[in-house]
Amino acid sequence: MESLDQIKTRVETTIPGARLEVIPNDSPAQQPSLLVDPEHALAVAKFLRDDARLCLDYASNVTGVDWSDTVLKEKVKVKKVIKGIERELEQITETVRPGCLEAVYHLYSMTLKHGPMVLRMRTRNRSDQNRLPSLTPIWRGAEFQEREIYDLFGIVFTGHSDLRRILMWDGFQHHPMRKDYVEPDDYEYEPTAHDEVLEKAKRHQAREAGT
Amino acid sequence: MDEGLRGELSRQGVFTATLEELYNWGRRNSIWPLQFGLACCAIEMIATTMARYDLARFGAEVFRPSPRQADLMIVSGTVTRKMAPQVVRLYNQMPEPKYVIAMGACAISGGPFKQGYNVLKGIDRYIPVDVYLPGCPPRPEALLHAFMTLQRRIDQQQLTGRNRPRHLDPDAPGEFPVPQYGAHDLEPPMNPDVWHPPSVARQS
Repeated sequence: MESLDQIKTRVETTIPGARLEVIPNDSPAQQPSLLVDPEHALAVAKFLRDDARLCLDYASNVTGVDWSDTVLKEKVKVKKVIKGIERELEQITETVRPGCLEAVYHLYSMTLKHGPMVLRMRTRNRSDQNRLPSLTPIWRGAEFQEREIYDLFGIVFTGHSDLRRILMWDGFQHHPMRKDYVEPDDYEYEPTAHDEVLEKAKRHQAREAGT
Repeated sequence: MDEGLRGELSRQGVFTATLEELYNWGRRNSIWPLQFGLACCAIEMIATTMARYDLARFGAEVFRPSPRQADLMIVSGTVTRKMAPQVVRLYNQMPEPKYVIAMGACAISGGPFKQGYNVLKGIDRYIPVDVYLPGCPPRPEALLHAFMTLQRRIDQQQLTGRNRPRHLDPDAPGEFPVPQYGAHDLEPPMNPDVWHPPSVARQS
């Protein structure tokens, strides 16, 4: 299979206006991913499936990611004049990267037997603008998985034929896999609590002692 | 009954038994389980019914598809909060006398997935359990042992008095309230008549 940069140039020439970005991956898995903007995602997906050299016709996994607002710290060396002497100082600049929700698609080709290719789509923000186009018309296997992402993360997929909760019951509020999901306080005694369970136990006991 | 008299009579070819013994013998040797598997423990339950560890030789030949014809529910697998009302409903539909084996860690107390957002921490929160079978999953021999434990318990049940089974006691409840879906959890989160959270004496 071609590299992601080659795929990116070919998609950009075929579909004008598509904003793509190759996100590198430094982990041992070495799987860089292609970030697609939501407006052209359907056209890009159709191209990836129907192109003769790529022929990515199987979406093996569709999952969601919750990127919360992160503070990025950068150390910059700045020359400043202090007390008449020019010195080089390290200045830490903080930028806030706004959070978003993301859907990640893992694509394989059954006919040409290559893959995987990782495709990403990001929403604008985590609160009200959480709509993404559904790629179920292109890859039918994404149907249940997009329902799961809607259930657990809250991304609304437009164009999905049957978008409702799949793991939780229909009247469930909020989305459990988000980073800011608050679990109901139903801690039960555990004999060897440690790490997060220990934190949960302490909070529960504090709440019980308070009431 | 006097054992000496029974031994003498049996040597003469006269077989004696109490009504209680016969009743319980008939009940314990023909327990029909409900076809009820939720997760991985169901695979071990199926293996127990297959050729190598045969459950049919204990009388559990036919796994009934309908709860109306079953008298044992082997809760095998993780009970999710979404599934819990259905489990209680099926239990209510079983006629008395009915028994429950909580098979595997998940049915006993939530198991390895206890901190999950959709896991019910043990089916004994809503229905009474007769035999707890630990394991993840328990081996087929362990399920057979649980089955035999249940048989022994049925044998020891007297027909009258305090220890009598639930179907002979008009005051004992046979049906349990079905939990409803709440905003984040089931309502009620547990049935207080059936289960209480374990209280631990804490040194302050």
